Amino acid sequence: MNADPRDGDSRHVGRALERLEDERFLRGEGCFVADFVRPDVCHAVVVRSPVAAGRLRAIDTRAALALPGVLAVLTHADLARSGAGDRTIPIRVGALEGLERFLQPPLAHERVRYVGEPLAMVLAEDPYVAEDAADLVSAGIEPDDPVVTIADALEGARLAHPEVGTNVAAHHVAARGDADAAFARAEYTRRERFTCHRHSSVPLETRGLVAEWDAGAATLRVWGATKAPFFARRTLAAMLALEERQVEQIELDVGGSFGARGEFYPEDLLVPFAAMRIGRPVKWIEDRRENLIAMNHSREMTCELEIAARRDGTILALRGSLAADLGAYTRTTGGIVPAKAASFLPGPYAIEHVAIDVRAVVTNKTPCGTCRGPGRYEANFFRERLIDLMCADLALDPAEVRLRNLVPRDRMPYPTGRLVPYEAPGAYDSGDYPAVCREALERIGYAQLQARRGRLDEGRLHGVGIACFVDSSGGGPPEQARVRALGRGRFRLDSGASSSGQGQRTTYAQILADVLGVEPSAIDVHLGSTTGLSRGVGTFHGRGIVMGGSAVQRAGEAFVERLLDEAVRRSGESRSTLAFRAGDVVRHADASVVLSMEALVAARDAGDADAAALLDIEASHAQAGATFEYGTQVAHVAIDPGTWEIEVVRFLTVEDCGRVINPLVVHGQVIGASVQGLGGTLLEEFRYDEHGQMTSGSFADYLLPTSTDFPNVEGYSADHAPSPLNPLGAKGVGEGATGGVGGAIANAVADALRSYGICIVDLPITPDRLSALVRAARS
Amino acid sequence: MKQPIAIAVEVNGERVEASVEPRLTLADFLRTHLRLTGTHLGCEHGVCGACTILLDGQAARACLLFAAQCDGHRITTIEGLSPRKGLSALQQCFRRHHALQCGFCTPGMVVAAHALLEETPHPTRAQIEDAISGNLCRCTGYIPIVDAIDDAARGAPP
Repeated sequence: MNADPRDGDSRHVGRALERLEDERFLRGEGCFVADFVRPDVCHAVVVRSPVAAGRLRAIDTRAALALPGVLAVLTHADLARSGAGDRTIPIRVGALEGLERFLQPPLAHERVRYVGEPLAMVLAEDPYVAEDAADLVSAGIEPDDPVVTIADALEGARLAHPEVGTNVAAHHVAARGDADAAFARAEYTRRERFTCHRHSSVPLETRGLVAEWDAGAATLRVWGATKAPFFARRTLAAMLALEERQVEQIELDVGGSFGARGEFYPEDLLVPFAAMRIGRPVKWIEDRRENLIAMNHSREMTCELEIAARRDGTILALRGSLAADLGAYTRTTGGIVPAKAASFLPGPYAIEHVAIDVRAVVTNKTPCGTCRGPGRYEANFFRERLIDLMCADLALDPAEVRLRNLVPRDRMPYPTGRLVPYEAPGAYDSGDYPAVCREALERIGYAQLQARRGRLDEGRLHGVGIACFVDSSGGGPPEQARVRALGRGRFRLDSGASSSGQGQRTTYAQILADVLGVEPSAIDVHLGSTTGLSRGVGTFHGRGIVMGGSAVQRAGEAFVERLLDEAVRRSGESRSTLAFRAGDVVRHADASVVLSMEALVAARDAGDADAAALLDIEASHAQAGATFEYGTQVAHVAIDPGTWEIEVVRFLTVEDCGRVINPLVVHGQVIGASVQGLGGTLLEEFRYDEHGQMTSGSFADYLLPTSTDFPNVEGYSADHAPSPLNPLGAKGVGEGATGGVGGAIANAVADALRSYGICIVDLPITPDRLSALVRAARS
Repeated sequence: MKQPIAIAVEVNGERVEASVEPRLTLADFLRTHLRLTGTHLGCEHGVCGACTILLDGQAARACLLFAAQCDGHRITTIEGLSPRKGLSALQQCFRRHHALQCGFCTPGMVVAAHALLEETPHPTRAQIEDAISGNLCRCTGYIPIVDAIDDAARGAPP
């Protein structure tokens, strides 16, 4: 497939072009929200609940207000007086029935439900003074016993929302086929209980916003938007009773998202509200401790899963139940995590019968949202681990069993049924799943490693683990792009998609450059703001290239088509004799110009409305269903049986993301996603004590991977199957390689320790946990 | 409020005199007072390294220093390590190897890498990994960053 259907030219798409945005960042000239200034700006600090559960009796702001330089302290009473007191933050996607009972108010009133819940916002002339004042705000809270664990929540002896009467926020069954009948006749079954621990995206830049009410234009401007800026505009306008056209959400440079950034949080209302209230621009920059207790957590889930198979390892059915912790409130991402976990439990395998009972529960902990590969990481761990336990029981080779069960190429598109209540029935679009698995096994040298598995080699035990994954991307609402000619051979592209570092300033320019026949450097790319085009969506669920890139392709094609039509109209010549060349319409025969872009630009600049319309076009890409990237990950680990230190000797991913726009960017996504998965599996955890206090509230406690932790990570792109669902043939690539890491590493560790009689069913995997498992097995 | 302190520091080769609150961090002094916003703040507790600067030529964390402590000292920030136009050889290697995605950790990484190569022009891969082990990157998985620094070192004169 080519980017330019007219002449088959694909000079830029597919090339490892160095990124156009890099120079600014490398020179320290990025403009992140903390770098952004407005005249007369004042500074906000959020006062947060120090206890996990309790009745909020009063908030005393007098001492804070008495501090010189303090301008105001806003509480729920201020929201109530403005008429916004009853408004809660809505669900953006994943609205499982029942979740709407647990929405979050921007500021707590009557009850607090987690440590970190916003109670008040201090505004001061200086950020240091604002922090001083925040310390002086005292909240009278009568503490209650909190609901801390998923087990507490399911037991229901205490309630996170007593007025609702249950901790089970949503409950559904995800099923296809007839699992019980398949289990009844199966030669082999096994049931196991798994847990996945709480961790999350933790981007390196904390959140932040700058908001300004322009009274003259009656317009509210908010800088710091990303991910879903159009939803943020809609939500903010509704909560403040403004028209959507009165709100601008503007994206600056963004220091990573990985799911958690860019959702509509309490602060996304509070900062603009404060700016309107005080009549001055307001800036809020989250600190790290605050970030770790206030930004969405994710991944905490328990799962009881049972597999039914033939003795040869052919998987017949999966059934079981899972429960995901939503934390204290339903956030904008609703029930995505539990719903997608259930739907991805069958993974890339042809498993006909599935029945999963799904519960989303509320607790008194930080609310949860999505994190790179939401629900997939958890589900892949549960399933891949269970497959290896089955292989051990039946004395089968884990690689052979996977190859036997992966959806074969000739069954594509493979219908997956209706496993997600808020989505239509789906299908895996294309791919050769066994081929990528075989490639991964070859690359790791699976056959050669056999002799070392479970054996001591120079004092360490070696193990190999495999995980196969599939992950959805795109679909959902259409994405929009707008192309404008600027003159002097330059073009401006606005996309409704946003960027948090994925490189779309380059990849979009590559796509459009091929359509227009210009260099990528001739295109200025603007992303993720509501100001540049009439509508848009954003970047999440692998939409960046699949939806955003396809919209760029379509807008470029529409731009070209319109100019060709105009040239035919003006010249009376046949369309087939004309061609589009870098802005001009020329005759094929002698390259003479029929319609000159510079002449149109001059006419537009002189006020010609027809010329202006010709040089400015918006188009959208709609896609019926999701595309599915897929791959196999293999881990080789070595474990010191004295210290239980785990070294990842090698970790590799072979992944097919359809058509590759920029191999450098794709490789970067796969490596980065893998290391994030390794951090989540081996290092990172939001731990809580019995009082609901988070005990990993700094980077000394919440351990992110460093440069010395995982130096041997490899990523390879396979190219078996472009997606048939979009003009680029593209699939997502950002999330898949996080998804299988927990399963692959857990399987490798279990393989290394096979002689110890332990069963690894819980994440994270740390030296102290391994040591405890071995001690328990010995006693 | 404590009395302001008069300081004189050399920042990127230029002498700067200022009157600062005792508690003002060097990072905030650079970012807010001098508008040198390439020095980023990722944690403000000395772990992430996004605020790495050179203090008298040695890599240091601007979030753990007070501006007042730097009186009489020489500070170099990412702005001071960048050529007037374009990119230094080290910065070009970062771009070539796709050693940045969101770009937030990047200035601190470049400063830390610069400090390493000043002291150890031909480091081993392990030395590079060690030298940037105090700088967190959430996007790249570090491997492209190590590749970039390795490449820059190979281009250095023997």
